[in-house]
Amino acid sequence: MTDSALEDIDTEEKARRPPKAVVGSSLDREEEVFGKAYDPRVVRRIWAFVGPYRKNLLVSVAAVIIFTLTQLAIPLVIRHAIDHGMVPGGGSASATARTTLYWVIVGYGLIIGVNFAASYVQELVVGKAAENVLFDMRRAMFARLQQVSLSFMDKTEVGRLMSRLMGDVNAMQEFLETSVLSVGDLILLFGIIGVLLWLDPLLGLITMATMPVLFIVRLFWLPPAKKSFMDAHHANSANNGALAEGINGVRTVQSLDRQRVNFDLYEEKSRTNLLAHLRAAKFAQVMVPIVDSLTGMSMATVVVVGGQMVLHRQLDVGIMVAFLFYIQRFFDPIRSLTMQYSVFQRAMSSGTRIIEVLDVPLAITDKPGAVALGADMDGSVEFDHVSFGYRKDIPVLKNVSFRVNPGETVAVVGPTGSGKSSCMALVHRFYDVTEGAVRVGGHDVRDVTGNSLGTSIAMVLQEPFLFTGTVFENIRYAKADATREAVIAAAKAVGAHEFIVTLADGYDTRIEQRGGNLSLGQRQLISFARALVADAKILVLDEATANIDSYTEMLIQKALKRLLEGRTGLVIAHRLATIRGADRIIVLQNGEIIENGNHTELMAQGGLYAKLYTMNYSSFDDLPTGIGTNPGADVGKAT
Amino acid sequence: MPQMFDRWPHRAPRPGEAMAHVRAVESGKGLGTLWRIFRLTLRHPVMAGITIVATIIASGLQLAVPRLLGEAVDQAEGVLAGGTGASAALWQTALVLLGVSVARGLFTMLHNYFGEATGHHTAYELRLAVYEKIQRLSFGYHDKVHTGDLITVGMLDLDGVRMFFATGILRVVLLGILLGAGSVMLLTTDPLLGLLALSFAPFVAWRSATSQLELRSTWLTLQDMLQNLSRVMEENLGGIRVVRAFAGEAHELDKFDTVSDKALALAHTRVDLRVNSTAAMNLSFLISMGLVLAFGGEKVLSGTMSVGTLTSFLTFMTILQMPVRQLGLMVNSFARASTCGDRLFDFLDLDLDIADRPDAKPLVITDGTLTFEAVQFAYPSAPERAVLTGISFTARRGETVGIVGPPGSGKSSIAHLIPRFYDVTGGRVLIDGQDVRTLTLDTLRQAVAVVQQDSFLFTTNIENNIAYGDPWAKEQQIARSAEFAQLHNYVMGLPTGYQTIVGERGVSLSGGQRQRLNIARALMLDPAVMVFDDSTAAVDAGTEQRIRQSMKQFAANRVTLIISHRLSSLMHANRILFVEGGAIAEEGTHAQLLALGGRYRALYDLQSRASEDQSEAAE
Repeated sequence: MTDSALEDIDTEEKARRPPKAVVGSSLDREEEVFGKAYDPRVVRRIWAFVGPYRKNLLVSVAAVIIFTLTQLAIPLVIRHAIDHGMVPGGGSASATARTTLYWVIVGYGLIIGVNFAASYVQELVVGKAAENVLFDMRRAMFARLQQVSLSFMDKTEVGRLMSRLMGDVNAMQEFLETSVLSVGDLILLFGIIGVLLWLDPLLGLITMATMPVLFIVRLFWLPPAKKSFMDAHHANSANNGALAEGINGVRTVQSLDRQRVNFDLYEEKSRTNLLAHLRAAKFAQVMVPIVDSLTGMSMATVVVVGGQMVLHRQLDVGIMVAFLFYIQRFFDPIRSLTMQYSVFQRAMSSGTRIIEVLDVPLAITDKPGAVALGADMDGSVEFDHVSFGYRKDIPVLKNVSFRVNPGETVAVVGPTGSGKSSCMALVHRFYDVTEGAVRVGGHDVRDVTGNSLGTSIAMVLQEPFLFTGTVFENIRYAKADATREAVIAAAKAVGAHEFIVTLADGYDTRIEQRGGNLSLGQRQLISFARALVADAKILVLDEATANIDSYTEMLIQKALKRLLEGRTGLVIAHRLATIRGADRIIVLQNGEIIENGNHTELMAQGGLYAKLYTMNYSSFDDLPTGIGTNPGADVGKAT
Repeated sequence: MPQMFDRWPHRAPRPGEAMAHVRAVESGKGLGTLWRIFRLTLRHPVMAGITIVATIIASGLQLAVPRLLGEAVDQAEGVLAGGTGASAALWQTALVLLGVSVARGLFTMLHNYFGEATGHHTAYELRLAVYEKIQRLSFGYHDKVHTGDLITVGMLDLDGVRMFFATGILRVVLLGILLGAGSVMLLTTDPLLGLLALSFAPFVAWRSATSQLELRSTWLTLQDMLQNLSRVMEENLGGIRVVRAFAGEAHELDKFDTVSDKALALAHTRVDLRVNSTAAMNLSFLISMGLVLAFGGEKVLSGTMSVGTLTSFLTFMTILQMPVRQLGLMVNSFARASTCGDRLFDFLDLDLDIADRPDAKPLVITDGTLTFEAVQFAYPSAPERAVLTGISFTARRGETVGIVGPPGSGKSSIAHLIPRFYDVTGGRVLIDGQDVRTLTLDTLRQAVAVVQQDSFLFTTNIENNIAYGDPWAKEQQIARSAEFAQLHNYVMGLPTGYQTIVGERGVSLSGGQRQRLNIARALMLDPAVMVFDDSTAAVDAGTEQRIRQSMKQFAANRVTLIISHRLSSLMHANRILFVEGGAIAEEGTHAQLLALGGRYRALYDLQSRASEDQSEAAE
């Protein structure tokens, strides 16, 4: 252990809080949607999910009403038993009382039978329906996200969507399950009031005098208490966030020897968390003696007032007992109804966030009468005076025209923000052009079906994204019916077979954590194989920018060559080797084509391409400021 | 509430203390673990004491209520005294009842509050201990363990342990008193009715306990399933472009449905389980109550019992109902504390494989010489696979040594051994003649800076990120380091400059910018040994060239190692080592190695343009 060494640390240094140090995120948490307690729009939309289970809901509301009524009846049964079934002293009065007592007990048995059935039905039906609604909601959101525009997906962090898909949906659960119960609570509350007033109006009124007191106390208590609960919740997230950061950044922490400073900062965060929780606990518990005192007060009232009345034969003793029973349950519905109110508010804010996801505009859909691109499609790609922008005021492509002939490979190069990636997205119709047309095989992409476009064009993305599953499943992702032979042939063609067979289970090796168990180069080769299996006429490829060692690089270049054989290729190129291998090079800058030709022609032109080439830049992306690009193009990339 | 508890602890504990507090005293699983949690609780004897005393008093007062109510009923019926005497008795009972209720409320509050507070204080200490342990465990450990598992230990397991006092131990006390003292009271009053009144307890207790355990195990399975579902969705959303590109939406929805339907089915099973047990528990309670009413009524009829006594039996049952039903939660708490505690303590009890030796000395820099002496190494995760088989070299102050080799040759491992991210398995690494394993980690790591290809970006401003290793640094120092790393101009171009927040959810930096930030970070330390481990791979050639220029001034005062597979990054070095298969295959200056015509030469040819054209032509 390192304790002794740690004690030696200069205490003076320790006392000074380092000015440039924090642990945990410096950003504020996502703003909570707050305030609006009731939003009819949200309720209506959530109601739509409950709709299919309307019958279940009716059944359970009926059950909860019956259940509550039987609960209410039990003290009355006891009252009846005492007043009419228990007349001591023998004689005929006692004998009739005994018969009454038997009948009352029989009645009681019936009531608890009904109570049992009602509670069983109600909880079962509500519980299952609530789960169904949750899963339906999540599926609807997920299905929606499969169709929303990619520009939305680009703007939105996966983590945020996940917190809606899991966190917010789960937050609805509590609400759905308890909302039916709150019907019961309401009935119980008014039922008790009604029964007490009916049994004895005067005693009822006096006993219930404490009820408004509790209401008022809770009214004052709720806002600060809720704030303290929220504070505790946030302090806890901040504390846990700092822990997660400590885990993820542990190698950097150790190599820069920051453990000591971090410990003190983390201690501060933990203490804030501790104090926030203590404060919240105080707020939660301070209600206990208040409720107990008020209950005591009501009981004392019944004892004194009711007792006197019984003494003077103005009240049956059974009624006094019934009062005592009701008082014990007096404050339960008030407490759970106010709780329910918070649950409702939380559900409203979660509901708002869920609906936001459901309302994300859909991406492009097939227009009626769209044709399918057939196998006879020639594989040409044409940009005809294309203009495009993600936002109307900021054009990304301006009047771009070029044609890629069948079988030709065209490299698109240009600095970051020049519009290369947009070109690629437009070919696949991830977005629609604002002007001009993109034609694939001579057809405007807006006139063909999305599905046939997907099968005609294979895409390889910059980041080779692999799914959890086996290597085999990943390679045939684009063609679920591809045979094992076809998969192996594709892997062999791109040079991936060699390393795949050395993996623990060969093609059946499971890919974990998005391919974390493979090197970047290996993942790249698998994604090439995946594109090869798709066997599309057109290949659109965004070359990886990440630096790969020369040996792997060689493999990838070879694979790329194989992949482009007999296909039309549109490649966003970053490597000189790829660029030189292309039939033609298009240089984009600020959304316009500034140069177009083969390597020799462009070198002769002496433009941007020639300049960069002679300066021996390995990539066209991370350009030093000043060379034909807008400085800080990536500045605005804050998400 | 006494304020003194808020200010506790008066002094922040030191890291060593944080770990010492929870050091293993007892070993063993199961009961041993629970005992250990209890002992951690006892570190707050005042709070724990108040809690237990308050629990005892509160439950005692709770027991008094039914009896008082019974008396009141009897007094009202005039059973005990007639006329004015009865009225006075009623007043007296009412006042006592009020007093008992107020006191019960207050003590319940104390019991709840301090029960929770004790747990939170224990959690606070454990949190610090876990954090410190995470910070001190070696790279070798972190390589093996999934970050998600550590988060589980630090969040969920810690919570399970925290709740044990309030939901486990205290409930035992509460239930013990209520059931124990209550049974004695009831049975001495009337054995038959007492038995009937208590008859629901064993059934409800058993049902509650078994169903909670079942619910717990299905809950864990459900969590796993939801985790799977979450993974399916996360992958889909992260890889949405691949999904769209290959028109895989239908396939993805199928995947979702398969997992989702399974989870839903289990969720339904859980509802069945829960409802079955709650409904049965309710019913058995109500049956007991009916029996008490029937037999009690008979007794009242025959004049052997007063209505008041019957009332106190019935109210006692309502009071006892809740805690008995919560017995399941108590059992659950024990089960949870025991598994969570096992995992948590296993983690906290891990030995630190890389730590200061008891006789560790601070590093003393004299000549500033780095020496590798027949160093052998294998990663702890794969001890049978030798990564370095015998590396020896010496680098003096002012010297720059380049290290190159094919992937997997072991070149990065060389960097990891100097600041003891890992320990050698044979040979020695020396700085000015001092074996790094004999030095204090603090002094060693302050003297050695390794710039890694991808290091962590903290979600805070750029300034704090650059000053990560020296958070006391002045603005000028930070700007100077950034200038040397060719990052300053970029930062100044940002609207908020050095205050710009980066990292997760902040402004995203490109790979090259991140690497330049890493370099600036390392420069802040003014280290005696500076290692660039493939740290300019994503930086463009021109900027790299300028970084190299500015590094020249730095290199004069320290040993510089440059590890790269890009020859342009290191051909200017004073000496270049070509590493292959964990050993130095070639060594010399760029010119010498080229002349040698070996592996280095081959790599050079591969990387130079001429040969690429050739190879393309050849295919």
